[in-house]
Amino acid sequence: MKYIDEFRDPALAKNLFRRIESLVGPAGGTKEKPLQIMEICGGHTHAIFRYGLDKLVPAALEFVHGPGCPVCVLPMSRVDDCIEIAERENVIFCTFGDAMRVPGTRKSLMQAKAEGCDIRMVYSPLDALELARRNPDRDVVFFGLGFETTMPATAVTIRKAAADGQTNFSVFCNHILVPPPLRALLSDPQMRLDGFVGPGHVSMIIGTEPYRFIAEEFGKPLVVAGFEPLDLLQAIVMVLQQLAEGRAEIENQYARVVPANGNPHAMAAIEAVYEPRSSFDWRGLGEIDRSGVKIRPDYAAYDAEVKFCVGYGAGKAAGREPEGCRCGDVVKGLIKPPACPKFGGECVPERPLGALMVSSEGACAAYYQYGGTRREEAA
Amino acid sequence: MTMAASIVPARRKPKGKVTLAHGGGGKAMRDLVEGVFVEAFGMGEAPLEDQARLVPPEALLSGGRLAMTTDGFVVDPLFFPGGDIGKLAVWGTVNDLAVGGAIPHWLSVSMIIEEGLDIEVLERVADSMREAADLAGVRIVTGDTKVVARGGADKLFVTTAGVGVIPAGRDLGAHLVQPGDVALVNGYLGRHGAAILAARGEMMLETAIESDCAPLNGLMEAVLSAAPRTRCARDATRGGLASLLNEVAAASGTGFAIEEARLPLEAEIRGFCEVLGFDPLYLANEGRLAVFVPPDQADAALAAMRDHDHGREAAVIGQVTKGPAGRVVMNTAFGGSRIVDMLVGDQLPRIC
Repeated sequence: MKYIDEFRDPALAKNLFRRIESLVGPAGGTKEKPLQIMEICGGHTHAIFRYGLDKLVPAALEFVHGPGCPVCVLPMSRVDDCIEIAERENVIFCTFGDAMRVPGTRKSLMQAKAEGCDIRMVYSPLDALELARRNPDRDVVFFGLGFETTMPATAVTIRKAAADGQTNFSVFCNHILVPPPLRALLSDPQMRLDGFVGPGHVSMIIGTEPYRFIAEEFGKPLVVAGFEPLDLLQAIVMVLQQLAEGRAEIENQYARVVPANGNPHAMAAIEAVYEPRSSFDWRGLGEIDRSGVKIRPDYAAYDAEVKFCVGYGAGKAAGREPEGCRCGDVVKGLIKPPACPKFGGECVPERPLGALMVSSEGACAAYYQYGGTRREEAA
Repeated sequence: MTMAASIVPARRKPKGKVTLAHGGGGKAMRDLVEGVFVEAFGMGEAPLEDQARLVPPEALLSGGRLAMTTDGFVVDPLFFPGGDIGKLAVWGTVNDLAVGGAIPHWLSVSMIIEEGLDIEVLERVADSMREAADLAGVRIVTGDTKVVARGGADKLFVTTAGVGVIPAGRDLGAHLVQPGDVALVNGYLGRHGAAILAARGEMMLETAIESDCAPLNGLMEAVLSAAPRTRCARDATRGGLASLLNEVAAASGTGFAIEEARLPLEAEIRGFCEVLGFDPLYLANEGRLAVFVPPDQADAALAAMRDHDHGREAAVIGQVTKGPAGRVVMNTAFGGSRIVDMLVGDQLPRIC
């Protein structure tokens, strides 16, 4: 298949593996103390396991799976809020499919649907707006979820709803930002990361500038990467090269898609519709300053938090994480999924206890599905 | 009540929409049954009774065994590129018999019809079933209809049951699969799932992908005569090839090593999956099966498949290993390996 197979060429991959092999020592990695490179994005986590890259790189190099899976870092209290909205009379609650099985403290959206809530899976916020147009007597709520990648689409939909006067449509906004949790992780004294592979799709929107603090304040290299296996391997070579040469810079492997200054139109849409929250709760990481956005007061009529009085400011206590669940330590890179006592036993993809087991981009689900012998290690 | 409830000649062909009266057991129902189903299925030479009366075929009398299966069909939409609910209902049951080594003979059909369905739709489905049965060489010998109020079902649900005969001396089953055996599939994977998804229009993708739905009894007979020591065959329907392999690996207590580079995948399906984030190994098929044969019969089985209309793109996809039991590993084209697990989570609803 053209434009795909070129990025999965085994012969080219072999070259890159050889370069990784020769660079990992000079970069400071040893078998006893492997270099830790965090791939921030869940899409990268999925690709690493799908192509078995973790098993093909030398033992002196270790992938740490970062917080970049929006479903995985969604706190249970926000799922509870979704269900509270969905249970209201007359509501059609619209969500992306991968959020259906995320456990809340009482139940998941999937269970709520089975109990009779009108919950629909959509592929785009515009589908939800269309549902609102076709069901003028119902209140249609879209579950806005995701990083800077999905924020513009939700923003454009809100502006279209406002322009059309579609007042039976609102968004439950759970959009979050990539840079703030990276700062939080780097400031954590337990962390010992050596470098980052940066998210390709998010960077397509925000550009490379917002990562500058990682190099300048924390002295770590970051390379923005695409999602094909050769993209990832090349990005790792670039990170190792920086480490070997004692550099810490923000580089862009994915220049065919990511412009240095991002997408100004998308950023303008984001700017017009959202404003930062003072803080947002991340599952496993806790509250992080200015890490989430809410809908600006100009668009309050389309803000489900205002319309239904739920979420931040509604005065409800945050839901507790399930006992023994170590999703937080996995997201921080402190342990590998099989080291969690619940992994593979009480927590499996068909009955997820923690959020990292829910989405195929979650580190635990990826380990479980593609992890090879690691699953036995956990048993 | 059965379709064969009356031997009085049909008075008039029903038109318009199905109403609750068509399920009431009275004249309207008789008109529907005789005007649509008996007409399409032409249920044999004998006058129709409440039950089919069947003459045992020679293979049964000479030591064969009966095989029986049943399956429900709720696919949405009813008609899609490459097929419809009627073809699925006939061939799905034919295939379930065939992969067990049975020669399918007779089918029953039960229809749950939602009030308001166009009778013309019902006629198209019935005609399609007749055509499908003729192509597969089976007869629809008895049936039933029920009409439920609007909302009690969605348009039309079809259940078929099938009976066939496994000739004496033939035994197929997952328990016979051994390390060293070779796994083959009969063609391109994932067409049915992709065709249904595209036909629903939710993805707003235009594709020319057609369902692969097909009767596999002819192909199975060809494989069995070319490779008589075939251990096991399964059709890869819901959950795709990945689920089939996991089921057989678990039931046989073996493992599989599948070669990604050998999987029959066409560019259109790969593109569809890339765009939508699906894995073609998990997409549904309705005309695909995997067979497991001893290594010395693999070439013969492959040649027999490729000689058949429903096996032109057949391929050897991998080998049975000692295990661990139930473990399916795929060696990626990229040089790595990964586990191919059972499908977890959201199976696309109403795919067949």
